Parts: sequence; C-alpha cells; structure tokens
Amino acid sequence: MSPEQPGLMSQQGSLGAAGNHAPSNLGDILERVLDKGLVIAGDIRVNLLDIELLTIKLRLIIASLETAKEVGIDWWEHDPWLSGRDDRGLVEENKELRARIAELEKAGEERMLEGGDRD
Amino acid sequence: MTEGDRSWLYAVTRELDQAVLCRMAGVAGETPHVVECTRLTAVVGRVPASSFGQEALHRNLEDLDWLDRVARAHNAVVDTLARVGPTVPLRLATIYLDDVRVQLAVDEHEPQFQRTLSHVAGRTEWGVKAVLDPALLGGESTTDTAGSPGMAYLRRQREALSARDRALRFGAEQAEHIHSRLSALAVDAQRHRPQDPQLAGEKLPMILNATYLVENDATQEFGQAVARYGHAHPAIQLKLTGPWPPYSFSSQQERTP
Repeated sequence: MSPEQPGLMSQQGSLGAAGNHAPSNLGDILERVLDKGLVIAGDIRVNLLDIELLTIKLRLIIASLETAKEVGIDWWEHDPWLSGRDDRGLVEENKELRARIAELEKAGEERMLEGGDRD
Repeated sequence: MTEGDRSWLYAVTRELDQAVLCRMAGVAGETPHVVECTRLTAVVGRVPASSFGQEALHRNLEDLDWLDRVARAHNAVVDTLARVGPTVPLRLATIYLDDVRVQLAVDEHEPQFQRTLSHVAGRTEWGVKAVLDPALLGGESTTDTAGSPGMAYLRRQREALSARDRALRFGAEQAEHIHSRLSALAVDAQRHRPQDPQLAGEKLPMILNATYLVENDATQEFGQAVARYGHAHPAIQLKLTGPWPPYSFSSQQERTP
C-alpha cells in the first residue's frame, strides 16, 4: 500500500529534507481518519462518535489493564487529583503505622518485664 | 455496478492522472477508480455490501483489527493522492449506494471542496507531538523521614503533588510556547486533544498534539524549527510526523463562516 510512494514524492521535492516518516502509528491514523477529514453525508449512516468512543475506549481499557502497569504508564493512577482516589497511599501508611504500633507495644512490654526484674 | 456493491469515497481532487490508481489497493483490496463530477474528480472504491453495507459496517467498525486494516488502507490511498496534487480527504466510511450518488453528493458540496482545495494547494500537513518526561525536570525531592511516620507521609504526599503540579504547569507553558512559534511558520494550525499514552505508543504524558499546514517551500525551515525546539529542554521531546494528507484542514466551511 505504501512502499511505492517514494516515487511519487517529486512534486513535493523538498519534503525529504524534513524527514519523510511513513505514518504507521495507529493512533495517528485513527485520530485523522475518524476525527478529521471532510464530512459529507453518505448513504450509509454511520455514527462516528459511537465508533470513536467504542473502539478507542475498548482498546484503552484492554491495554491499560494488561500492560499499563507493566510498562509504567500508570502514573496518573497514583495521582489523587487525576484518579479521584487516594486510598492507595493511606492503606500502605496504615499498614506501616500498625506495624510500628505493634513494635512499640512489644518494646514497651519487654521494658516493663525488664523493669520488673530489676525491682 | 452490481446490486451487492457500494461506493466508498476516499477523496476529491481537481484532476488526476489515473495511472496513479492502478498501483493502489483500497479498503476492500480493490483498485480505486475515478468518478468524474461536474468540475471535480472523486476517487472511489467499489466495496462489497456484505462488509460495507449498513449492518455489516456497524459490526465491522467495532472490530479493532478490521478497523485498523481499513483505516490504514483508506489513509494509504488518500496519502498517495495527496502527494500528486491538492486533495480533500473524506472522513472514514463515507459510503454511497453507487457512483451516481457519489457524483450528486460531490457536486452538491462543490463550493466546500473548492474552498478546501484552494486552501491546501501547494501546502502539506505536518503533525507535531510533544511529550514531557517529568523525571528530567529536576527540582528538589526531599526524602526526609524525620518526625512521625504520619507527618512524613503527609509531607511526601504534598511534595509529590506540588512536583506534579509544577510539571503540568511547565508542560502547558512549553506547549503553548512551541505551538505559537511553529504556528508562525505555518499558514494554518490546529491543536488537538493530547493522545492517550497507550494509543500513541508512548510512555510519557503528551503535552502537545498539533497539526500545521505548511507551504511546501517552507518545509525545511519548519522541520529545522521542530528539531530546534526538540533540543531546547531535556525534559521535552518533540516528534514530527508526516507528510500527511490535509485531514485537519479539510473543513473550511466551519472556520470561515
């Protein structure tokens, strides 16, 4: 589909200078063919808003669940402003605090026992 | 044209050397053909109703692999046309019952097509995306654990938030700056919603997603400017994409009422 394109570059000869990147990123292509381009009514009715939402959301949901954390792009999930939830840090903090209290209590008991011995 | 076929409209041009078409494969693997309209030329594909009719189309459009294939094929045809002359790309899935209906539709919208063709002639659309790497922004991060764990926790939390806030603000300012400079080198420019990192195949948050319609004479200057701003700050990476068909500059009627 695209390998034969370089031969057609002559009319825009200077373009090669800025780099002729073959557009292959699906996001870039979908963004343009679904979201841009001239819109005139066809005979086949297509609600493109539905398509866009469906497909892109579908892809994002699948992708974000499976791979977002692996590749470390879930920074927004830890951001209470962006994710709207901040319980993650608090849960960890609670766990930490409980462990700390248990430690202190244990230390206190031991000290009391030691003190008892000395008296 | 048989009962089981539909006409998929790829793009509209003023005139076209049809030799270009014989090397193309369209959305259904077909070789696109030309439909001569009154003063314009439409490039159309004959596609089977079994895949591109109303019901089948709705089903297929929700199939990401199908959509991926069709989007790429549509873009490949439009892209080839845009490289040989002024072209107005149609949005994906602009489909008619037959070529006569295409002709009627193109003629009906001729002023709109003519306006757009004049606007994009001798110019090319380029995409520029900028991502921000917050890790390279620098700034103080204290790992001070003094005080109670609860206080330390709150302090860490507050620092993380203000660092993010600074990063977001810095990103927004840089995006604005880069966009205004690049716009000055273009005849038309548009900012789009930043792409989701996953869809864009990027790990870093996108701060700028814009397209520029650049005179072909000024391509080199534009490319150099992109390279320059791409090196201006270590935390910001710029990516140039294109040449694109003028997808983002195809709706002149909305912009000049």
